[in-house]
Amino acid sequence: MAAFRLKTALLAGALALTLPLAAAPALAQGKVLRWASQGDYLTMDPHSQNEGLTRTGSFQTYEGLVGYSADLKFVPALATSWKAVNDTTWEFKLRQGVKFHDGADFTADDVVFSVKRAQHPASDFKTYIASVKEVKKIDSHTVHVETNGANPILPNQIANIFILSKAWAEKNNVVNPQSYKDKEETFAVRNTNGTGPFMLKQREQDVRTVMVRNPTWWGLKDNPHNIDEIVYTPVTTPATRVAALLSSQLDFVLDVPVQDVERVKRSPGLQVKKTNEIRSIFLGLDVGSAELKYSDVKGKNPFADKRVRQAMYHAIDMQAIAQKVMRGDAVVAGMITSPGVHGYNTAIDKRLPYDVNKAKALLKDAGYPNGFGVKLDCSNDRYVNDEGVCQAVVGMLAQAGIKVDLAAQSKTLHFPKLQKKDTSFFLLGWGVPTFDSHYVFSYLVQTPDGKNGSWNFTNYSNPKLDAMFNGMLSELDQGKRDKLIADAWNIINDEVIYLPLHHQVLNWAMSDKLDMPIIADNVPRFHFAKMK
Amino acid sequence: MLGYIVGRLAQALAVMLAVALVAFLLFNYVGDPINNMVGQEATTMDRQELRDQLGLDDPAPVQFARFLGNAIQGNFGLSYRMKRPVAALIQERLPATLELVFLSALASLVVGLPLGVYTALRRDSWFSRVVLTTSLVGVSLPTFVIGIGLIYLLSVQFDLLPSFGRGQVVSLGWWTTGFLTKSGWAAIVMPAITLSLYQLTLVLRLVRTEMMEVLRTDYIKFARARGLSNRVVHFRHALKNTMMPVVTIVGLQIGGLIAFSIVTETVFQWPGMGLLFIQAVGFADIPVMAAYLVLVGAMFVVLNLMVDLAYFVIDPRLRVDRAKAAGKAT
Repeated sequence: MAAFRLKTALLAGALALTLPLAAAPALAQGKVLRWASQGDYLTMDPHSQNEGLTRTGSFQTYEGLVGYSADLKFVPALATSWKAVNDTTWEFKLRQGVKFHDGADFTADDVVFSVKRAQHPASDFKTYIASVKEVKKIDSHTVHVETNGANPILPNQIANIFILSKAWAEKNNVVNPQSYKDKEETFAVRNTNGTGPFMLKQREQDVRTVMVRNPTWWGLKDNPHNIDEIVYTPVTTPATRVAALLSSQLDFVLDVPVQDVERVKRSPGLQVKKTNEIRSIFLGLDVGSAELKYSDVKGKNPFADKRVRQAMYHAIDMQAIAQKVMRGDAVVAGMITSPGVHGYNTAIDKRLPYDVNKAKALLKDAGYPNGFGVKLDCSNDRYVNDEGVCQAVVGMLAQAGIKVDLAAQSKTLHFPKLQKKDTSFFLLGWGVPTFDSHYVFSYLVQTPDGKNGSWNFTNYSNPKLDAMFNGMLSELDQGKRDKLIADAWNIINDEVIYLPLHHQVLNWAMSDKLDMPIIADNVPRFHFAKMK
Repeated sequence: MLGYIVGRLAQALAVMLAVALVAFLLFNYVGDPINNMVGQEATTMDRQELRDQLGLDDPAPVQFARFLGNAIQGNFGLSYRMKRPVAALIQERLPATLELVFLSALASLVVGLPLGVYTALRRDSWFSRVVLTTSLVGVSLPTFVIGIGLIYLLSVQFDLLPSFGRGQVVSLGWWTTGFLTKSGWAAIVMPAITLSLYQLTLVLRLVRTEMMEVLRTDYIKFARARGLSNRVVHFRHALKNTMMPVVTIVGLQIGGLIAFSIVTETVFQWPGMGLLFIQAVGFADIPVMAAYLVLVGAMFVVLNLMVDLAYFVIDPRLRVDRAKAAGKAT
């Protein structure tokens, strides 16, 4: 009898534990957009961290002088117009009647202050405006930006500099961005005061960040969005993120795993939007060293021979990788920058054909009839299926006789290794925030000099190309500049310093109720959204 | 008694120092945080400058000494990832983890203990067999799979519980609790089940084995011969004597719960210390990792001490022996 009672109690207890406590529905006050991705905004300070998601946060609360349209064209934002008044000076006319979230008026003082703040050593945005010599207030709504030498793409670059209120920053002691030397966090890490379409209401790091509609936003007339509140929650585990979307606890997931795209598409009430991301994935080769660090060839560098590089190019069947490893979510690439970047050209974006026999013949000509061994460094948590792509490449190169030893590791180990140039053969992806080819050249191809070439790990150095890149910086004639860019791409493709793989494809999964354009830089802009 | 505790606390300090040192040696393999801290536009010079500023190129012993020096003053530095003081970050996340661990430990005891007793007493009943068979699931399935399985079942299929987060929390001073809101309770159910399943099985099987062992002893036979009721024999005599090993294991496993909660917290996006740690590892956020490891080391040491003290309460023989030994010495 006692045992029976015990049993009943147990069952009751077990039931009580799993009792369906229905999730409280979000209060239906206006349109609330709930979304998630893997990580959280690192900070709310708009000049502190230049990281993809952190920029997404800044784009909601802050604005730049120049803004972006949904198809990533540069459009007027806090500046209504801009023009070069002479070779080294750009004039920006500021928008009238704009107010910060705290009600203060937006004026030229705020622009001068913000650009200087972004130039502070602790700012992660200083490189965008490295060419800026001086910012001058002409009148309350006119600003002159003087550059060291001519800079035709300054408006593109200054679009990345968010404007905050000078008076607010001074009052809250955040004149400079947070530095790692500080002992305490500054006010701007968790508070904002911009002019953007949304205002920060609640910030619990790694838990939830709530933004509300800015009812006095100047852009409401052109972008009549109906979002009243945005709730962002980071959800680390991909399976949990997808489950939350499937059970309609989220309206939008930024980074849905490739293997779940089909599942989400088939689910009623959900949709997946797809576009080409401005990011290309490719392999880099150490072409400049006398001897490869990680190879069984001693005394010489096989990658220094162009025929070897061509052989490797011919040996990679990128169509197969795009189909099998990327499940169709990749655009096969013949150049290392993507559609949407100025200077991209379908005529240049052509691969050398997949041909193993030709690869073998080229290797034989180069003096490696039996191939050779080399180590490939690869990340496993940075790009879509990065390790899978590397594994496929290893198999394909083996068919041509090149024995590749794969070292796939976390981005916290992969990128520092590359930066020490401790690699012979590596995987890299490159996105272009300025949408201009010069950005690709100056980081990936230009000879490293402490300022340029900081991601050129190939030891490739070509003075002729360097001169062309520097020419692009100051060439104000658009036709001549385009010619320089096209010529540079042809030389780079001809030299085969990098083996292009693919242009990454973005998948945004969202509820049918949400109508929001997908944007190729992977930064959602909610003022383009409408919710049913 | 006091001397004993002081001695144990001194040991605790040594253990924590060792944990910190080992942690620092391991950090060399976690990677370099610089690349995560600056945008891709940063120049080689910028990177080197930041590295110098943080002293990342210093040898491990120098970095360790600097960490100790600051830690003694209560300063664990700024998180590389979030640029906020590590102490504040841990303080924000501690309540979430402790509430989850508390509920899991409670569930494993409240369910595991009676089930263990029952299966020991009614060895051959169908209910015992079902319990024992299903309990194998608890030990053999990885936490990750259990968590995802629960989400799939209760969130996606039946839409009963939220799949992530902690729901609405209420602030009581610096402590935040989810125990005062409906959504807070809804949110904790699945993580608590996931985290407690392994413990529950452990408690159940341990109690059952010990209980069966004790029931065979002479003093139980003697108690029965005295004509005591089953209830008194089972719960006053038998159960009390099975508790010694159970207390040890449960005490140590609470430390284990805190450690295991890393996986559970990651699956359910539970905003606790485990999630903080995992994110710190992904970023090579050394200040957070160091503080977390030292803190978890400290918790293990404290729990160990509490287990030892609990022996005194449960087992009267220990008290007598100690008193006697002390008496002899003087």
